[in-house]
This record gives sequence, C-alpha cells and structure tokens, in this order.
Amino acid sequence: MGELAVTVIGHDRPGIIADVSEALARLALNLSDSTMTLLRGHFAMTLICTGEASASQVEQELAPLTAQGSLLVSVREVTPEVTPVGAGEPYVLSVHGADRLGIVAAVTRVIAEAGGNVTDLTTRLSDGFYVLLAQIDLPPGTDVAGLTARLEAVGRDLNVGVGLRPAEVDVF
Amino acid sequence: MTVLEWNEQRLGVTGTVRPVVTAPAEVLSQPSPPVDPSDPQIVQLAADLVATMRVSPGCVGLAAPQVGVAAQVFCVDTSGHPRSKICHGTFVLCNARIVSATRWERGREGCMSVPHLTGDVKRATRLTVAGQLPGTGEEVVIETNAFEARALQHEIDHCAGLLFLDRVPGPHAVYARKVYL
Repeated sequence: MGELAVTVIGHDRPGIIADVSEALARLALNLSDSTMTLLRGHFAMTLICTGEASASQVEQELAPLTAQGSLLVSVREVTPEVTPVGAGEPYVLSVHGADRLGIVAAVTRVIAEAGGNVTDLTTRLSDGFYVLLAQIDLPPGTDVAGLTARLEAVGRDLNVGVGLRPAEVDVF
Repeated sequence: MTVLEWNEQRLGVTGTVRPVVTAPAEVLSQPSPPVDPSDPQIVQLAADLVATMRVSPGCVGLAAPQVGVAAQVFCVDTSGHPRSKICHGTFVLCNARIVSATRWERGREGCMSVPHLTGDVKRATRLTVAGQLPGTGEEVVIETNAFEARALQHEIDHCAGLLFLDRVPGPHAVYARKVYL
C-alpha cells in the first residue's frame, strides 16, 4: 500500500474539504494525518493518504477543483516514514513581539543547533504583532537552561519575548 | 471591609477612561513593580481601570499594564457572566498574589491587549488570592472559583508581564478571534 502527500491551497470557499476528501474516497484512499486551516484567508490543506491509487490518478480526480484556477493541488508519492517513539523530550517554544524580518529563522536555528526537532509550528501576524508557537523534541540530556539562555539572547537581539517550557502531557 | 462590600465609590475619585495598549507594547511583557495602595496616583489608577473596564464591552478584568502603567494593580468584575459561580462583584486589588490554586482546567481566553487572538489556557478553578484594596491598603483574601478564578489569574499574569500566549499548551491552541465584543 502506497502513501501519497497531497497539498491543496487557494481561495477559500465552503466545500473544499468535502470535494477533496470525496475525490480521495472515490479512489479508495484513506486519509491519515492532515492539517487543514486558513492562512491569511488562503485555505491550505496538507495530508497523507494511503491506498493503491497513483499520484496521476489522484491529480486527474482532483482536476475539476483546479480548473477554475483558484486552487493549487500537488500530489506526490512518498515513502512511508517510521514515526519515532520517545525520540526526545517535548517542549513548547513561544515567541511574540513586534513583527520583523528573520524571527522564525533566528529562533529555529538556535533550536536546530541544539539538536532540537520542530515537530509542529504555527505563526500568526496581526496588526504588526507576531506570535510563533512550536512544539519541539529536544534530545535527552539537552542543557535546557543553556538553550533557554541562548534563545533569550536571540530574543533580545530581535526585541521579541521568547519562552521555552516543557509540554504538558496529561495522560488519564 | 470585605471585598463584597467594596465598590469604586469608595475610592472617592472619578475614574477616567484610558486608552488600552496592545501587544507588542513593552509594558505588557515586563513584570510590574508593587505599589503603595494609599498613593493618590494609585487610587486614581484604580478608578481609571474600573472606568475603562466599564466602557469596554465584554471586559471582565483590566490590569494596569494594559493601560500602559507598570504597576501591580488590576480590577475584575465577572458579575452576570454565564460561567461565573462565586462572584465578588467589582473590585480592585494591589500587589495581589496567589495563595493556593487547585483543580486546573483548560478554557479559552481573549485579551483586550491581544485583540485578534484567543487561546486555550489551563487555569486553577479553585483559587485563593491575597492582595490589598486601593486607598485603605487593607489586606484582603479572596476565595473563589470558576470564571472569577480564571479572570484573577489572567490579571495577576499581566502584572507579572505574562500574556495568555505565554501559557498556551502548544502551536494549535491559539485561534483567530472572530467575535469582537
């Protein structure tokens, strides 16, 4: 069974998810992990689906959606990945302040240099106020205090507040 | 005097509506210093906070940093809110601190200083807070729960230079705000 990576982005309207997921269902593709959201008014969906259909079959099935030119669709066959379990310690990084060039680049570089892996990240810009939130896996044994100090130093340079804290995991 | 007996008339000054500052204003990200509750400027600030809260639809609390003043002062009024249980009406606290906090629950919060976003934040739903009343400086202890507890923790955070964004549990716990109250 193969895996396909599908991205759909474009002008928002009611029914995009229904149209795309119906097309995938017609090809017996099982939609597994996905994110679907509005990014500054553009609707964006990224998903992995599994089944026997080929990328070109999916593109053909989704072609009516792209015909009007308001949606961009891409379909690629991908190699299934093994999801690492317990690969690191989960942390939440929060950054907010006045918008300026290079905030994401600067803070994620510090994380990368510490061997941290960003597993989820969202940013929002409203009225010049920039908010970045990320979930990060830090390698076991990471000097969290040292990493926090380096992040805070970068934050001072950028004039933004930076916080790093353990992710809360409530298991019941 | 109990907090329930308190109202802004006891301040003896008329409050003036002040402009609300929004992030990324520096004052919102810095811990505020404690205040002298009997200082006439603090009494006026208390009255102004209540006046500003009153004219802001949907506003159930306002802290001094939100009107651009670095001071550990805030007002709260959760009267009539559907999620409010124990409610002490309108009150202003100076130099408030959390004495005990239990029964944590997640809930969605907005903030006048972050007008375009909301976020899910875990807060104690049983809370004891100690602080001083403006003017007399009388030490009071407030035991509360539910929505008033959430409001108090949000305002105490403002006085510590924290926004709800500093408390959200992850990247998908912040939302574009749709309803402008």
